[in-house]
This record gives sequence, structure tokens and C-alpha cells, in this order.
Amino acid sequence: MTDQLDEALHREYEAGFVSDIESRTFEPGLDEDVVRRISAMKDEPQWMLDWRLKAFALWKKMPEPDWAHIQYDKMDFQSISYYSAPKSMDDRPKSLDEVDPELLATYEKLGIPLIEQQQLAGIAVDVVFDSVSVVTTFREKLKEQGVIFCPISDAIREHPELVKKYLGSVVSQKDNFFAALNCAVFTDGSFVYIPKGTRCPMELSTYFRINELNTGQFERTLIIADEGSHVSYLEGCTAPQRDENQLHAAVVELICHDNAEIKYSTVQNWYPGDENGKGGIYNFVTKRGICHENAKISWTQVETGSAVTWKYPSCILKGDNSIGEFYSVALTRGAQQADTGTKMIHLGKNTRSTIISKGISAGKSNNSYRGLVHMGKGAKGARNFTQCDSLLIGDKCGAHTFPYVESRNPTAIVEHEATTSKVSDDQMFLCRQRGLDPEKAVSMIVNGFCKEVFKELPMEFAVEAGKLLEISLEGSVG
Amino acid sequence: MLKINDLHASVADNEIIKGLSLEIKAGEVHAIMGPNGAGKSTLSYALTGREGYEIASGSATLDGAELLDMEVEDRATAGLFLAFQYPVEIPGVSNMEFLKVSVDSQRKARNLESYTSSEFLKIAKAACKQVNLPLSFLKRGVNEGFSGGEKKRNEIMQMILLKPKLCILDESDSGLDIDALKIVADGINSQRDGERSFLVITHYQRLLDYIKPDFVHVLADGKIVKSGGPELALELEAEGYSWLESYDRNAEQEVNA
Repeated sequence: MTDQLDEALHREYEAGFVSDIESRTFEPGLDEDVVRRISAMKDEPQWMLDWRLKAFALWKKMPEPDWAHIQYDKMDFQSISYYSAPKSMDDRPKSLDEVDPELLATYEKLGIPLIEQQQLAGIAVDVVFDSVSVVTTFREKLKEQGVIFCPISDAIREHPELVKKYLGSVVSQKDNFFAALNCAVFTDGSFVYIPKGTRCPMELSTYFRINELNTGQFERTLIIADEGSHVSYLEGCTAPQRDENQLHAAVVELICHDNAEIKYSTVQNWYPGDENGKGGIYNFVTKRGICHENAKISWTQVETGSAVTWKYPSCILKGDNSIGEFYSVALTRGAQQADTGTKMIHLGKNTRSTIISKGISAGKSNNSYRGLVHMGKGAKGARNFTQCDSLLIGDKCGAHTFPYVESRNPTAIVEHEATTSKVSDDQMFLCRQRGLDPEKAVSMIVNGFCKEVFKELPMEFAVEAGKLLEISLEGSVG
Repeated sequence: MLKINDLHASVADNEIIKGLSLEIKAGEVHAIMGPNGAGKSTLSYALTGREGYEIASGSATLDGAELLDMEVEDRATAGLFLAFQYPVEIPGVSNMEFLKVSVDSQRKARNLESYTSSEFLKIAKAACKQVNLPLSFLKRGVNEGFSGGEKKRNEIMQMILLKPKLCILDESDSGLDIDALKIVADGINSQRDGERSFLVITHYQRLLDYIKPDFVHVLADGKIVKSGGPELALELEAEGYSWLESYDRNAEQEVNA
């Protein structure tokens, strides 16, 4: 089975095409001047530039972290271009009619129609192409309810009071190496504000696409759910197939006020590189949310792409009775490496968290779960439940689990369950004897393994995730 | 229907099946009996194409088509069904989903339309009742937490839904109490329609009280050493296998469980 497995692992990355779009791209390199130029391109106010420069100064003094269970050639931050935007964006299109048809075609090809009438009802989309947001749909309609959904560059100019108050409030400029870099050079991303007591009338989503060669994508997402509000947000990511590694270093901050709820789902399908580990996206992402009283943040992620993934969507459970959830499916194959998990920081009383992590490893990939559950002194009666399951396909891959538990309150309860299993020859034979071809059999077995996480995704995306998994597993068995 | 001609099969370079020939006509029930290690399970795996079971020579055709050249799933689609001795669990995959995907895969391969979900639900419910399993079994994970008897009944339910031409029952009686045995036997008997054929592999005569075979064969050391009518099974029950001169325990090792 193993030989056939190796042989069969050559499969096409469907989103791997390059769009021929004329772009304005900075020369590779990073210094203070680049930070200033990014800020100027975006027509930012002085306070924003100052904030970026402060972050840049901090970043220069920070060492690149090396504690994760991943191996990659150290990045040369001077060989990356920090800004690239389609030329057609010079005059920002005011409506879809003015958007470069080649761009629209790119998204059509990815299965994301941008014409509002053609979209799935009830989903608003922000589209980020390389360094800029090219279009945000349903913006006006959402505004009627007081919901702000726009590129973060617009928010900096149009809603400075909100951005100033919350940007960096959950992930500070000096949080970590990659977050600091993002603070200095972030180019675009989505901004969401849901007013008090409002249930966002549609799903919000952002699609990220890296197109230009040698560019990094540094997106910044800020979601604020005011008291008693509710929002469900989804992000999707793809990139062309290139032999060079490309860096994606994003920061996502969620602010969940009293009695509010944020559901944040990710379907990450960056180009994973070839089976020998050539090319692919380096995905170094900092995602964190803060929950005030009775608030709830739920992270759901389906990670199938990227050459290297370094990502720990976390919750600070500050308010009493607040809830944090993390549901994750991480699939690695070929030479992919993933070190992903979560941090649940329990500070308030009776805070609760649930972690369900499903790691699937195929090929010669390495898949690690790294999670921290911290029970602070004030976390009276807090509870955590962690379930961490690994599934191995073939005999050359690795699954690793690094759970960290810190408890400073004797009344807090932490539970951890972990399993490791293999897709067995017996299971495969049963399925095939009943008429399933090997790929269908593996995909069904793996989907069963992931069921607890998929059921947390918004309906349309659960189907998408299932299909993505099926595509990603194509040819992973002989 | 099934014609096996001078089949030689080995596991990990040990020859287990050493020149076996057998013909099963449409609608017939054949029982294969024999001591532990005679090659009974190896025969069923060699026919269904399980990995690790190497065919050295010989042929096995189902309605004229050579099974031994086909992939496992193509043999299934051609109408070959194996009821497992130890059915495996598939966590998180509901029985219903598994059954539908199985039936759909086979129908697709035969260029038939898939059932709609509601059509299939009706058929599945009926099959579930037929083997006396509560309908809640359709929602549970495949064999997940099933008792031994429930697993065996689940196999028969799959057989009822897949409507194969030839069913191999690999010790479908093992581990069953008398009531469960009757249910399993009734399920099998209900599928005897004069066309469908059965190859019943068993240690004990007991199952054959409920599923009346047309022919009984004794397998020892990888060959059929004796064939006869149902009375042969009774003979074996009375005398055991020790009279089989050609049987040499040291000569073979059956690797599979």
C-alpha cells in the first residue's frame, strides 16, 4: 500500500493557476521606508503610521521563534515584496462593473462568484487579492442594520475611533515575531463591527488570494461584536502553484463583548508545495479573541493547505461565564508540516472551553497539535474539555501532540483525551468489498473521523470542507 | 455461476490453497467445512482479492468473467459478496451513509441511477427490520459498539441491500447464540431465490441445520478432499476431522485470523 501511496500522491492543486493581472508591486526588501510607503499607498492618518513604525522597531529586535515542531529554511525577509496590488485598483472601483474582468474571472474559477445576484443568498464577501481588498459585497445592505463590513484600510480612514480603540488590543504589537511584522506591514483584510443587540443578517466571509510572485500577504482582520450581538464569519484562502515559498503572516483579533457571540470559521487551502516540499505557502498566523461576560467565541478551522502551518487560534476568557470553543481538522500530506492548536486562557469564573482537534497525516507529512489550557487564579469553577485525535494514513507520516496545562485554581477542572489511529487495511478492505473505490473509501473514513468538527461549520461550508478533504485526499491511497 | 479451477494461493510465501477446484451453479448452496487452518478463510480472501493473498495459478470465474484479474471493488460490483467473520468498525460513518455509498457505488458501476435519499431510506428500513435490528442502527457508526451478533446481522443486512450473485459467508455462525443464529439463517434463506448462490464456510454442522446446503465439501490442507450431499456434514459432526488422512497439521499455516 505504501509504494502505491507515494506514487499516487502526485495530484493537482486545483487552485494553482496564476492570473495574468498587471500589478503595481514594491521591489523586494524591508526597511522603515517600505513601512512608510505602504502607509502612504493607503492614505493613512499619522497615528496609523506611527503605530506601524513602533511595531517595526519592536520587530527588528525580536528573534524568529523556533520552538514549533516544523523545519524550514529560514526566511529572508529582504527578498519578499511587501506590497502588490492590481493596477486596475489605482482608481478604486466603486462597483462590481468597474472591477477588472480578469479578477472576476479568477474568482469565478475558484468557485466564488462575485456578482451579488449569483451568490449564495445570505453571504457577504470581502475579496482580498495580494495586498488589497478588491471588492466587498452587500456593504450597503449591511449598513442599513448598522453592521460595518469593509476592508480594514477603509475602516482606518472612516472609523478611526473603533480601529484606534481595538487594533492591537488582543494581539499586541510585541505579541510575537510574526505578529509584530504584520503590525508593521499589514496591507489589507476585513473589518467587522456588529452593533449592540444585532444579529448579523448574513454570513460574512473573506477570500484571500496570493497571486503575485515573491510577495508576502499580511492581512489584518478585526471583528468587534458589541454587547448581545451575533456574527458568523468565514475565511477561505488559495494561492497559485509556485516553486518558491511565499509567506502569509496574518493577525486576526476578535472582540466579543458581554453576551455576544462570534463564530469564526476558516477553510484554508493555500498551495501546499509539491510532494518533495518544494514551494508552498508558509502560513504563520496569530488569531486570538477576547470574551467578556457571558460571551462566546467559537473557532472552527479546516486546514488542508500550506507547506508550513503555525497557527493557534485562541480565546481569552476574561468575563465570567464566557465560553471558548476550538474545532479543528488539520490534514497534511506530501511534505506538509502543521503545528497547530489553540490556547484557552481562563480568567473569569465559571468559564468553559471545549477543544476538539482532528489531525490527519498522510504521505511523509508531520502534523502536530499544540494546545495550552490555562486556569488563572480567578477561574473559579472553570472547566475545559480537550479531545485530540490523530489519524495516520500510510507508514511514513507523523502525528504529535503537545498539550500544556497550567492550573492556578483548585476548583478548575481540566480533561484531556487523546487517541491515535490508522486507516486500517481491514476498513479499506471492507469498503472496497462493498464496491467503493479506494479513494472514496479513504474519504469516507476520514470524513467520519472529522464529523464532530464538520458539524460546527456553517452548512454551505460543511459541504465545501467535505469536498475539499476529498480532493486533498485524492490519490493518497493505492 | 462460480467456477474455480486448480487454484493455488499463498500468504507470505506459504502456499495455503493447493490446487482447489469447485463449481457452484446458479441457485445452489455449497458448504465448505474443514479443520482450523485448512484454508477456508484464505479461499474467501483469495476470491475477493484481499491484499496479501497471492494467486500463483488457477482461475476463478463468475458468470464467465475472470475474478482474479479484477480489483477488489470490481469483483464486488460483478456480484461477489463476502460476509465477514470479524466485521470491522468505521467510527463516525453512519451505517446509513455506508450502506447508501456502497449501493450507489455498485449501481453506478452498473450504469444504474442512484436511489434518492427517501427511496433508499425505505429500502434500508425494510432490510433493517428483516434482520431484526432496531432502526436506530442505521444512524449508528458502522459496527461501532455493536455486539458480535449485531455485527453479523449487519453483514446480512448489507447482503440484502447489495443483492449479490454469489455470497460467501465466512463463519457467519461463529459467536452467535441460537436465537441470533436463527435470525442470521432466516436472513440468508430469505435471499435464496433460485438464482443467487451461496458458499457457506463453517466449522460446525449447526449452521447447516438452518441453511440447507445442496453440497458439502471438506477442505483440508488447501484442497477439497471429499464432496457429498448434506449427509456428509452430519458424518463430520459425528466423526470429527481426524479421519482425514491427507490432512497434515504441520504442512500448513493459515496466517489470517
